[in-house]
Amino acid sequence: MIRRMITELGHFALILAFVVAIVQAIVPLIGAHKGWPGWMALAAPAASAQFLLTLGAFAALTYAFVVSDFSLRLVVMNSHTDKPMLYKISGVWGNHEGSMLLWVLSLTLFGACAAWFGNGLPPTLRARVLAVQSAVAVAFLGFILFTSNPFLRLAFPPLNGNDLNPLLQDPGLAFHPPFLYLGYVGLSMAFSFAVAALIEGRVDAAWGRWVRPWTLAAWLFLTIGIALGSWWAYYELGWGGFWFWDPVENASFMPWLIAAALLHSAIVVEKREALKSWTILLAILAFGFSLMGTFIVRSGIITSVHAFANDPERGVFILIILAIFMGGALTLYAARAGAMEAKGVFGMVSRESALVLNNILLAVACFVVFIGTLWPLLAEIFMGRKLSVGAPYFNAAFTPFFVALAVILPIGAILPWKRARIGRAMRNLWGVLALAVAAGALAYAMQTGRSALGPVGLALAVWLVGGALTDIALRTGRGGLARRIRRLGTLPRADWGKAVAHSGLGITMFGIAGLMAWEAEDIRVAKVGESFVVGSYEIALNDVTRAEGPNYSAIRADMSVIRNGREVSRLYPEKRSYPVTQMPTTEAAIDNGFFRDVYLVIGDAQADGGWAVRTFIKPLANWIWAGSIIMALGGCLSLSDRRFRVAAGARKPAPAGAVVAE
Amino acid sequence: MRRLILILCLLAGPVLAVQPDEVLDDPVLEARARELSKGLRCLVCRNESIDDSNAGLARDLRLLVRERLVAGDDDAAAIDFIVDRYGEYVLLKPTTTGGNLVLWVAGPVMLVLALGLSALYLRRRSRTEAAAGLTKAEEARLREIMKD
Repeated sequence: MIRRMITELGHFALILAFVVAIVQAIVPLIGAHKGWPGWMALAAPAASAQFLLTLGAFAALTYAFVVSDFSLRLVVMNSHTDKPMLYKISGVWGNHEGSMLLWVLSLTLFGACAAWFGNGLPPTLRARVLAVQSAVAVAFLGFILFTSNPFLRLAFPPLNGNDLNPLLQDPGLAFHPPFLYLGYVGLSMAFSFAVAALIEGRVDAAWGRWVRPWTLAAWLFLTIGIALGSWWAYYELGWGGFWFWDPVENASFMPWLIAAALLHSAIVVEKREALKSWTILLAILAFGFSLMGTFIVRSGIITSVHAFANDPERGVFILIILAIFMGGALTLYAARAGAMEAKGVFGMVSRESALVLNNILLAVACFVVFIGTLWPLLAEIFMGRKLSVGAPYFNAAFTPFFVALAVILPIGAILPWKRARIGRAMRNLWGVLALAVAAGALAYAMQTGRSALGPVGLALAVWLVGGALTDIALRTGRGGLARRIRRLGTLPRADWGKAVAHSGLGITMFGIAGLMAWEAEDIRVAKVGESFVVGSYEIALNDVTRAEGPNYSAIRADMSVIRNGREVSRLYPEKRSYPVTQMPTTEAAIDNGFFRDVYLVIGDAQADGGWAVRTFIKPLANWIWAGSIIMALGGCLSLSDRRFRVAAGARKPAPAGAVVAE
Repeated sequence: MRRLILILCLLAGPVLAVQPDEVLDDPVLEARARELSKGLRCLVCRNESIDDSNAGLARDLRLLVRERLVAGDDDAAAIDFIVDRYGEYVLLKPTTTGGNLVLWVAGPVMLVLALGLSALYLRRRSRTEAAAGLTKAEEARLREIMKD
């Protein structure tokens, strides 16, 4: 009985959240327009209430999964009593309805954070930001309630559920969606700030400083989310692919690229009061790409490997949401952006210009991903051609822009503001450049093939990391070594964040290049007791046995990785079968190393009594994710910079008739 | 149906993509076959190359590619052979013919355009004087903020 009650309460809380969101989207906006403090002050408590109500709904749904309440349709479709607890919980967002609820929960969380930490904002701006944020919440709460209600009941509850897709029963994937959604939805804050600023009709340095932490937070969550997804694909799909340029991956990558551009252009707004209207446009587009990602994943309009079981009706609903928010925001932008006059003047060669170039390269890279993702659709509609755009296109069309970005990055990072000379900046970088070229040449000479990919990757990595170190060294200024080292400790966290994030980018690029260039692979039939040589390793198949897991049965191979006659590691790749879903999965066994992974997969039994075995030596694989984590860490460092906390109260509340923010 | 396709092809398998019995004895030929397979799409899958796919049809295509190579086709002829039978949908790297040219030049054109526009903007901007947008009090306040 209590069980039933909790579900109904959750459903009710969700409806209440919808109502609160409607009120919060309208009342503060009118209050800000008319200058009525009471109406504006409603926004903050409403944002908290909206978050708590959505949290309640989410908790109720989670509870239904935990106790396996099979009167809920969603639980039946995605859970099973035998499933381990972690996956019962992650099953909440392992499906369309539940993941939408998590999406909205993140959205209201960001809204509530803006209410809690936004005390320093001028009351009108704060009211408008929260109202716009709430308008987005109205759209998506409506979407959930009207097309994707997770609280639907079954008249005749079955005894057990259909289980979650076994591929999703994995720790990497359990945490991938929450991070990704925090990232996607975090960009809604940048959007809300942009639209609120357009309504207010002014953008200044303080605005740049307010919008940056939200963008930074969204970007770093996206970074972690994408890295987790890629890491999962690497070890779970059975052949070690880490990025497929699949529409759904692209859908998360496009907002990441635009968010990265926005991060950098917001710096120009904050420090130099220039690029204002461009920054506003980026903030709108970044969220637009988030919405488009949601549309792509859930409409099924573009075939993708990841899509949820999708439904055209939902697709149309999201398309309408996308059209209303993008159409509205861009119209407002067209009407108001002209009024955002820039103040800071800068020369052709300056830190500002370098950041403009950064923005252009990131935006064009994003555009390439965008057009490649949509091209099959466009070609079919306009040319009647059914064609595919896959990894080979993206590798060829996207990579040059990122290489260019990496080449200009260390120079741009140390250029002075306003007016600079490249020759002067290069004076500090010749050493690093020489080192990078030498490292690339050395790699070229040492490798067996003649591919340029690996050496270029190494050279860029050395260039980026060396450039970041140079930047830090320059920041310590002049003086004796001891004094400069002492000064390291007092550098702003944002400077450290910048250097760390840029180094992370270099490490990731080297990882990707190295893995793609220097991978070794072996496919063969091996009998128990046999061993064979792959690269500089000897692999032995010691035994193959049957094993039972909590909700699956498996065939498990016992294999040794031997180098120079010594066993380096013993690995147990599995081939699992989940009886409830009737779905098989491969569980590759990986010996993780600093310079390489040994990646073993066991296949089918062969007619002659042997087993199909696939062995990969994957150089630098872990560098890809290590670099991503370092990038995210750089984001965290930057986020913890003192000026974001102190400057939270930057613009004092307007004197007359203003409300105190509590 | 969609779900079935998902289960059948992508969402992994106990079957390895490339089976040991498919591998050609000649390592050079095999390497070429692998390279070609990476550029061909598995027709029943969602966005997977036949080199990565476990689907039966992907295996058939892999065998077909190897057959053509063994028969003495060069890479282009082998690909043409497959495209003739399965359509250009099978190519993961779209051709540069006709309207597809747009897809290939879109990025570079956009880059040139963006560079040109921003150069124009910068030149114009560096000539115009900065206009005052803030009141005196706000300017003072801003300076104060920027100090920390």
